[in-house]
Amino acid sequence: MIEFELNGQTVSAESPADTPLLWVIRDELKLKGTKFGCGIAMCGACTVHLDGAATRSCIVPLSTVSGRSVTTIEGLDSTQGQALQAAWVSEQVPQCGYCQSGQIMQAANLLENNADPSDAEISTAMNGNLCRCMAYTRIRKAIKVAANGEEV
Amino acid sequence: MSIQQRKLSISRRTFLAGSVGTGLVMGLGTMLPGCSREQAADDLAAEGASRIFSPAVWFEINGNGDVVVNIAKAEMGQHVGTALARIVADELGADWTKVSIKHVDTDPKWGYMVTGGSWSVFTSFALLSQAGAAGRTVLIEEGAKLLGVDAAQCSATNGQVVASDQRIDFAEIVREGDISRTFTDEEIGAMPIKTALERRYIGKETSAEDIPEKSKGEAVYGLDVELPGMVYARPLVPPTRYSSQIQSVDDSKAKEIPGYLQTLQLQDPSETIQGWAVVVAESYPSAMKAAQSVEVDWAAGPTAAVSEDHLYAEGAKLVADSASGVLVVDDGDVRAARAAAANTHTATYRSGTALHFTLEPQNALVEYVDGVFHIHAGNQWQSLILPVLAKALGVEESDIVIHQYYLGGGFGRRLFGDQMIPAALAARELGRPVKLVFERADDSRFDCVRSPAVCQFDASFDADGGLTGIEHAAAAGWPTLAMAPGFLADGVDGNGKFDTFSISGADHWYTLPNHRVRAINNDLAQRTFLPGWLRAVGPGWIGWGVECFMDELAALAGTDPIEFRLARLDASGKNAGTAPNSVGGAGRLAAVLEDVRDRADWGRSLPDGEALGVAVAGGQERNMPTWSACVVHVAADAEARSIAVKKIWQTIDCGTVVHPNGAMAQAEGATLWGLSLALHEGTKFENGQIKDNNLNSYTPLRMADVPELDIRFIASTEFPTGLGEPPLIAVAPAIGNAVFAATGIRVRDLPIRL
Repeated sequence: MIEFELNGQTVSAESPADTPLLWVIRDELKLKGTKFGCGIAMCGACTVHLDGAATRSCIVPLSTVSGRSVTTIEGLDSTQGQALQAAWVSEQVPQCGYCQSGQIMQAANLLENNADPSDAEISTAMNGNLCRCMAYTRIRKAIKVAANGEEV
Repeated sequence: MSIQQRKLSISRRTFLAGSVGTGLVMGLGTMLPGCSREQAADDLAAEGASRIFSPAVWFEINGNGDVVVNIAKAEMGQHVGTALARIVADELGADWTKVSIKHVDTDPKWGYMVTGGSWSVFTSFALLSQAGAAGRTVLIEEGAKLLGVDAAQCSATNGQVVASDQRIDFAEIVREGDISRTFTDEEIGAMPIKTALERRYIGKETSAEDIPEKSKGEAVYGLDVELPGMVYARPLVPPTRYSSQIQSVDDSKAKEIPGYLQTLQLQDPSETIQGWAVVVAESYPSAMKAAQSVEVDWAAGPTAAVSEDHLYAEGAKLVADSASGVLVVDDGDVRAARAAAANTHTATYRSGTALHFTLEPQNALVEYVDGVFHIHAGNQWQSLILPVLAKALGVEESDIVIHQYYLGGGFGRRLFGDQMIPAALAARELGRPVKLVFERADDSRFDCVRSPAVCQFDASFDADGGLTGIEHAAAAGWPTLAMAPGFLADGVDGNGKFDTFSISGADHWYTLPNHRVRAINNDLAQRTFLPGWLRAVGPGWIGWGVECFMDELAALAGTDPIEFRLARLDASGKNAGTAPNSVGGAGRLAAVLEDVRDRADWGRSLPDGEALGVAVAGGQERNMPTWSACVVHVAADAEARSIAVKKIWQTIDCGTVVHPNGAMAQAEGATLWGLSLALHEGTKFENGQIKDNNLNSYTPLRMADVPELDIRFIASTEFPTGLGEPPLIAVAPAIGNAVFAATGIRVRDLPIRL
């Protein structure tokens, strides 16, 4: 039994300690917004915040998060997170949408650390998140809209 | 499959409108065996909310005036439900704020279920417009009665029937009107369809219905579905696609892993999967872990040593044999032109293996209950896999229901639901619901990849250098032969059959004095792997050769490549176009080419090592042309072997654009797919399997690689054609042509490498 904080609530997980956090979140704790893509931390679909830092949950063992704080797309209630989700709609970003939870979690972490990122800074921060539909220009635009509080 | 063949399936149709329970249900669909129009009408007239209305029904209006449009197409990023609902709502005169969409499960009442080929709007536009118009007719007639006015004075708009200063909501008409009515084929055919000027929704901006939930992590994909009591399975994919046989399985080490249940060897009577086993466990992590400790000894099939070079060599041998293949185009007499030629020019273009790499790995959840297999999985072509599943399971198609979800990427991969078969076989054997999930590497190895292809072009010239003919031979693995052989087309001389999807684009819109095209099946490819319909399919690799070779001919002629093309896009003869799909013919291709030429400021001087390249495309098929022209600005350095794409312009004419923002999203994504396949991604066969199976070595385009995009749609009220794939086609040849202009190096292999 491993306890950690998930979206502000203390939870205990019974999965074996070496279980990737992704599957604990999805299958044991039933939050399906975090996605499985590559399993080797190279697509970003499984991105969550671990103690506030964007983290690929597919390679983090459950034991690592004991006593720590995890935020998923379902619990993303920060100002930046809300602004990003609104911008994702206003800029009509998602196509198939499968990567977008991870994109938004990665972008929220970027804006936490850099309130007004340049194009190059956005590319650097987001380059690990694959969008197979290649909605990249809209992802970039939405991050800027969220950062600048633009109304659309 | 040709569009005409699918049209036949809806040629015997009827329209029924009537009250069902408390709502108005309208539909236009195939007459089902065992369900006469009279019977359907009787069903319709019967009372009771639980009753099922048999013929295909496309929308319902309830007593609150809510309009639900049933979507039988897969949502995989194209916002298809929004586009189709806009077509219905526009003709109906609905209030868009009261319209919602519903993605439906398999049922014969939906008719033939396929989402692919960039067909959805093209094949649904007339059907859904007519359905909406028929609904409007009934609502106006009944609304007029309730208002006590002449129906001729009424119109339907914004969810109301309006007669000068009087108006009545659709909701009230549904509650209080007599809304049972049957339409004949003739009446349907005579349904007044709105002109472009009368439309309020088609061509106007709106938000896609699926985007809010996709922005909150709330959209449900196949992978997200659970059932009580289910177990998880992870496949053990054999070393060759075909003819692998399991010699032995040793799971003694796996038994030490908590949650491991068993390893099942599967026998598939449909032979879709051969030599398969699945590792079953109480959780997916347990299944993954156990799979690593299960030792399987396979006797691999006869293609276990096949490499990309073997596949290319076979293709090269086939295209060089002038007797090979099936005739697709045979205009004039190419061989006489060649015999009389003063000069000739031959070039061979190749394109390598590429993966779909849908970000949601293949998966299926299957429950066998009360004699029915319930399959939960996102899928593009339910009508293709249902008979295969029936054969695999030894049941009737009516004993199988495929429940639809959002697709975490389609791109053609989910046209074939082969992953459902091992899940269904396991569920039946275990007597429990089975959720089968592919790990990424297995998903890649089980992919129906884009076949390596070889195209040979032979051009003839007269003594003045005039182009007198082109022969084009193309060899590849054929997806349609492997998965849907009933849809192969006949050769133009009546000899043999060919896969239209693998050669489309060779029957292009340039006027040539003599032109001959041979489509050739690469049999070694066919035996080694399952060739797939990767986004843009044939035009994706055929266009690479056709448009680069056109550039070669322009260079030989010493003519500007755009002028060279325009001279041959004269819309004469068979290239004049026909109504309604290709009105204007090659003239519209010339128009987009001129537009993109002007917008890109073609002909301007650029720094050394930089150049513009151009290409055009006619969409997925001649019967559904999407006219596009692309210019790419490239900086290339032969010594450093580097190619950087600085900007891509595209001009696209797909006729009427139903959902402009969604159309632009498709164009942006498809353009970047074209770039990714040209420069960033690709793999090779090695020892009978693909070499790259995850993102550590398979490298699709990332955000940092995205150049400036400048995409424009031509405003048009012509019949809508396809859009999901066509903007991909011209990108790679435009890059190749730009690289030539910048460096003098003619690259003939895709992906492009210096």
